[in-house]
Amino acid sequence: MSGITKTFPGVKALKDVNLTVRRGEIHAICGENGAGKSTLMKVLSGVHPHGDYDGEILFEGRRCAFGGIRDSERAGIVIIHQELALSPQLSIAENIFLGNERARRGLIDWNRTNFEAGELMKRVGLRENPVTAVSDIGVGKQQLVEIAKALSKDVKLLILDEPTAALNDDDSAHLLDLLRGLRDDGITCVIISHKLNEVIAIADTVTILRDGQTIETLAAGEVTEERIISGMVGRALDNRFPPHEPSIGEEVLRIEDWTVHSPSQPGRKVVDGATLTLRRGEIVGLAGLMGAGRTELAMSVFGRAYGTGISGRILKNGKPVELRSVEDAIRHGLAYATEDRKRYGLNLIDDIKRNISAAALKGVWVDEREEYRVAEGFHRSMNIKAPGVSSVVGKLSGGNQQKVVLSKWILTEPDVLILDEPTRGIDVGAKYEIYTIINRLAREGRAVLVISSELPELLGLCDRIYTLSEGRITGELPRGEATQESLMHLMTKGTPR
Amino acid sequence: MTMTTPRTAETGVEAKRPFRINLRSSGIYVAFALIVALFSVLTDGALLTPQNISNIIVQNSYVLILAIGMILIIIAGHIDLSVGSVVAVTGALSAVLMVNMGLPWPLALLLTILAGGLIGAWQGFWVAYFGIPAFIVTLAGMLLFRALTLTVLGNQGIGPFPDAVRTLANGFTDGYLGNIGLGPLGGADLFSLLIGLMAIAGMVAAQWRTRSARSGYGQAVDAMPLFVLKMAAGAALILFLVVQLARFKNLPWVLVLLAFLVLGYSLMANRTVFGRRIYAIGGNLQAAVLSGVKVKQVVFWIFVNMGVLSAIAGIIFAGRLNQAGPTAGNSFELDAIAAAFIGGAAVQGGVGKVVGAITGGLIMAVINNGMSLIGSPSERVMLVKGAVLLAAVAFDVWTKRRAGVSR
Repeated sequence: MSGITKTFPGVKALKDVNLTVRRGEIHAICGENGAGKSTLMKVLSGVHPHGDYDGEILFEGRRCAFGGIRDSERAGIVIIHQELALSPQLSIAENIFLGNERARRGLIDWNRTNFEAGELMKRVGLRENPVTAVSDIGVGKQQLVEIAKALSKDVKLLILDEPTAALNDDDSAHLLDLLRGLRDDGITCVIISHKLNEVIAIADTVTILRDGQTIETLAAGEVTEERIISGMVGRALDNRFPPHEPSIGEEVLRIEDWTVHSPSQPGRKVVDGATLTLRRGEIVGLAGLMGAGRTELAMSVFGRAYGTGISGRILKNGKPVELRSVEDAIRHGLAYATEDRKRYGLNLIDDIKRNISAAALKGVWVDEREEYRVAEGFHRSMNIKAPGVSSVVGKLSGGNQQKVVLSKWILTEPDVLILDEPTRGIDVGAKYEIYTIINRLAREGRAVLVISSELPELLGLCDRIYTLSEGRITGELPRGEATQESLMHLMTKGTPR
Repeated sequence: MTMTTPRTAETGVEAKRPFRINLRSSGIYVAFALIVALFSVLTDGALLTPQNISNIIVQNSYVLILAIGMILIIIAGHIDLSVGSVVAVTGALSAVLMVNMGLPWPLALLLTILAGGLIGAWQGFWVAYFGIPAFIVTLAGMLLFRALTLTVLGNQGIGPFPDAVRTLANGFTDGYLGNIGLGPLGGADLFSLLIGLMAIAGMVAAQWRTRSARSGYGQAVDAMPLFVLKMAAGAALILFLVVQLARFKNLPWVLVLLAFLVLGYSLMANRTVFGRRIYAIGGNLQAAVLSGVKVKQVVFWIFVNMGVLSAIAGIIFAGRLNQAGPTAGNSFELDAIAAAFIGGAAVQGGVGKVVGAITGGLIMAVINNGMSLIGSPSERVMLVKGAVLLAAVAFDVWTKRRAGVSR
């Protein structure tokens, strides 16, 4: 692939990216969240069709212009997404041949389907009956079904996006062995992974992306964790943050030994014995790679809005509290602004004033004059750019929508604000405004927990930063000691064995 | 219908939008006016004669009452297919209580309404707390409560009802203050006219208060000529309706009931926290959950409310026919749902107004009545009603796509 540039509305996701993958190698792609890894793979596999991007793709010497995923699959390129694309109620065999059915004169040949599925399952080391429903096997085995499905399409280049993110250690080890076996059979693999120890263990070549650009390509011999990390984060911190003078008071929230289980995969701990504290006037960061359990931690604390089998203690102002519902959490002075404001944060078809009042309404009657007055106040103080507070929220830009979300939570008068990716999808100017608002909240004596994938943001904003990896708190660094490298080390730290 | 004045630089795109939203929310009233005008011409004015207006209201009152409950359920993003059967079973219950058991009518009505609430609670439990889609729960309810009706009635009608109930369903207010002459229009009941004038005064006063309160906070309002025009149109409509009714037999009691229900439920939907919650749930369920809305409770209670309104409709329907029958309420659910959607409810929930649903119901009522006056066969009436429903929803989807509000 050479000179690949891909633009989304308002964002240049890839800038002139080059990538060369040799036949029969395992090629790892590393980069921070949002560096452009997944976008690059989507271009390669035809998810973003030809014409949607600039640059060219050569596969086995031939120029490719994939109009969609079927074209790329015909050429032998198969992508397995992070979110598995299996139909849970169908059997393993049906899933393997989905869209590629073994049929004779329009009728499915079930014997052939199940027999060939069995052969493919042997190749990937999946010992199950082909007629078992996919929902009845674990995630690790489901991943193998995806690979068997890829093999059924005569794959030459297999792309795996974070294949081990949801797997336990045994399943991960098995998967990596399988990839080595496939390489020896002549199948080329491109793997995106955040787990650097895995990358080092398996990759023949590593390409590092940062901010949508290729930084370097390293051969197996020269790859070390330090080298990858410095490539991933090597970016100058410019002056994008308003000055912040912390005045930190007493402890306001303590989360002790917090453990949360996944509601979809029983037994898997999404958050594992996490302990953290927040103090008045303090901005605390929570760093972690995708899948580390940041959002799950925040939402489970916020009135158990996520997770099952939750254990641990929450102390508010030193006193233990039970937050059984979102309402409890709000009453105890917590606020949580979600990472996906369109899906979870706002009623997009309603107007600004009603969105702002949504979490603070109490009693029987709505005082519309008061609601209007309050909304007008935020309209000015938060500098929400809209014709008036009766404007529909769905029409606003990302930054202004986020200001509406923040207004909504400030109106509930919280002591603790948890802001999940507060500047995602927001342009630089509006980011600065959001940072200013966060600083103001801290100055007013509130505790703010900022969850962010952007390390420079955490470094520029926070007084103290926790790192989370695979559901565990792996470190806690004060402002002075944290650097992108030290954080990245802690964020990629695997489970101690 | 606020016309917002552009204030900031980025409103170039936005400036056109208020008109579009205007069209979307008020198009239904314009359509109603056109349909009424069309049928007045087609029927040579028979549509708007005093007796016919009274008929339209009395014959459709129960569907309009159901539409009030249905719009709330649809705003929350659910549906209720069982209301026709609930109308039947509550009508049957009231007949058993009053006719067979001889209970005094106020007690019997109270018990029937209570039973309606329990039926709503049953369905609300399965939808809200057990998590079964409302479509399935109420489809089952449609069968269950029809079966219960047949069991209670033993497959035959029970009647006749006490006079008080028949008056409520079918009767008119007395001429308390006697008749006055209206020149060429003939005589009319003074009491009804006074009620009409009070309604007009109340409407103007309320709208004026809202307007001055809004402009007091710098919020954009209709320009004065437009405001006066709207008030004049509203006043003319009420006055016309009241004069026509007063010339016939005074105000139907169901109209009085309906007016109270519409006012009360509009107030509930617009001005109470509970009403806000309904819109929040339908607009974005997850956001409502994460804003601390007790979603299950709200959904439960709107189904209880639907049960209560169904019971009221059931009593009125049985009272009007003077008999509770096994086929009562057949396909009422479809009329109520159609009224809500024609009245501007959104298929995904989160949008809709009580007054809109009433207008939607009246549009169908006028089509029904007008077409039967000009002698159209019933299959053609059905055809037209189907087309109107499809057109109304298509219009809603189309305007939404044009407005480009992403969801």
